[in-house]
Amino acid sequence: MTLTGFSRRRLITSGTLALGGLSLAGCDRLSRAPDFQDFIGRAQGLTLGSQRLLLSGQPLAREYARKDLSPVFKPNGSVSPSDPAYQAAAETGFTGWRLQVDGLVRRPFSLSLAQLKALPARTQITRHDCVEGWSAIGQWTGVQLGGLLRAAGLLPNARYVVFHCADDLGPARDGSDRYYESVDLFDAFHPQTILAYAMNGQPLAVAHGAPLRLRVERQLGYKQAKYVMRVEAVERLDNIGGGKGGYWEDRGYEWYAGI
Amino acid sequence: MLERRGLRAGPKMGFRMNQTTAQIDVRPSAPHRRRAQGREVIHRHGVVVRVTHWINVVAVSLLLMSGLQIFNAHPNLYWGQYGADFDRPLLEMRAVGAGTDHPVGVTEIAGHVLRTTGLFGVSGGRGGQPEVRGFPRWATLPSWRDLATGRRWHFFLAWVLVINGLVYLLSGVASGHFRRDLAPTRSQLRPSHILRDIWDHVRLRHPTGEAAKSYNVLQKFAYIAVVFVLLPAMVATGLTLSPGFDAFAPWLLDLFGGRQSARTLHFISANLIVLFVLVHVAEVFIAGVFNEVGSMITGRYAIRTEAGR
Repeated sequence: MTLTGFSRRRLITSGTLALGGLSLAGCDRLSRAPDFQDFIGRAQGLTLGSQRLLLSGQPLAREYARKDLSPVFKPNGSVSPSDPAYQAAAETGFTGWRLQVDGLVRRPFSLSLAQLKALPARTQITRHDCVEGWSAIGQWTGVQLGGLLRAAGLLPNARYVVFHCADDLGPARDGSDRYYESVDLFDAFHPQTILAYAMNGQPLAVAHGAPLRLRVERQLGYKQAKYVMRVEAVERLDNIGGGKGGYWEDRGYEWYAGI
Repeated sequence: MLERRGLRAGPKMGFRMNQTTAQIDVRPSAPHRRRAQGREVIHRHGVVVRVTHWINVVAVSLLLMSGLQIFNAHPNLYWGQYGADFDRPLLEMRAVGAGTDHPVGVTEIAGHVLRTTGLFGVSGGRGGQPEVRGFPRWATLPSWRDLATGRRWHFFLAWVLVINGLVYLLSGVASGHFRRDLAPTRSQLRPSHILRDIWDHVRLRHPTGEAAKSYNVLQKFAYIAVVFVLLPAMVATGLTLSPGFDAFAPWLLDLFGGRQSARTLHFISANLIVLFVLVHVAEVFIAGVFNEVGSMITGRYAIRTEAGR
């Protein structure tokens, strides 16, 4: 049997379209298959490993000038935590509030906001990159996390630092929607990793995470935990929250957000 | 051992020719068709080119679609270091009347507002009802809104693209494929030759005989642009979007004019690759889809000899 050029071309075109439609449906199926998603998710390890190699000299993220500041820095995620204890603290200007530093440390302690502000401060103008794609530039002033951890004295088995926050991003009020984040010691001791209490020269606003938020400048926005109440040194992440090391990580996002 | 590719007639061609099935088709044909057609089969694509080509087809297609999923999380583009909701975008896809029965999809480019319902801003959701989204369901991976899964696909495939690309580039240099087959010859670069080649393309005429054994000059320009400019630009602008990589190579921010500029350039380069693919696939159909696709699978490529004209 021979096909004329025309019908042969039509056959190929419709075949290609059908194949395209099938592969689209196939990719949607693969997007729902947990085993396949686990497999392609392993690329995260390759990304983390290669970035850690490239960043082994601990270079700083770019710091900008005041003229580069975003005219309006978009508040994102929680902008007003509903937790009653948090709201009560906010009403008093966080005068009775204290940051807890504990977990796998020799000397757990807590500090008031005034005590934190009395410690040596670092100010940096950096770019905040949201996982959605937008960026905003802001100036942050705060205490280096590394200094706090050294003061507390990490135990040898401490591998991660977990930030427990006051906000619930989801509707649940049983703690399962409570925001938290974590970094490993490589990022915890980076000079630009600070717990910031001021933004653009002003006390940190509630919409931006008052009284204290994390800045871990070489990662995306969801790592920059707001409303930090407690800093805990831990050995493993799988027994905290959903076990993936953070609120968004428990909802499918990568723990390493350097990309 | 890698086989010698017979793209250009060289001293070795005589040897190759003896191995190929050069033949003259002398079957009687319909009165209005060509009287006789000479047919010669040559070895056109090496195995590395063929394998990396098809891996690239899958990787680039899925990178594009997962990229549009990521784009849809914030379907705006900006220029400069920063850019968010309160800043002025270069391009914005949005919905007017979201939440009503008839939302209108709108795309704004540099101040020009276009109605793009059905394509950008608003398009059919799962049940066909209008849904507010940048690119439509059929263009994104996965089809539903899921940034985390889109990113997982994208970064997995980015590694596939980079590793596959490195294999292709190293092999292209080592085997002499780039020098022999992609670099335009001196005579091809003469303006008169380029103009004639453009005219041939406009008339959809394709070379036969000896000329068909090598890529024509526009084809070489297109491949060089994709291999050495567009795909590397995709990787470089993509890496500039990574806050981690930026700390390692802050000069990328200066090169592209900022992270948001890099994001815009990433989007533009992706569109140029789509444009290349559309022309490339159209040319495959015009030049003969079985022969062209077959040659990228088996390596064997049939050319019509001058005797057939």
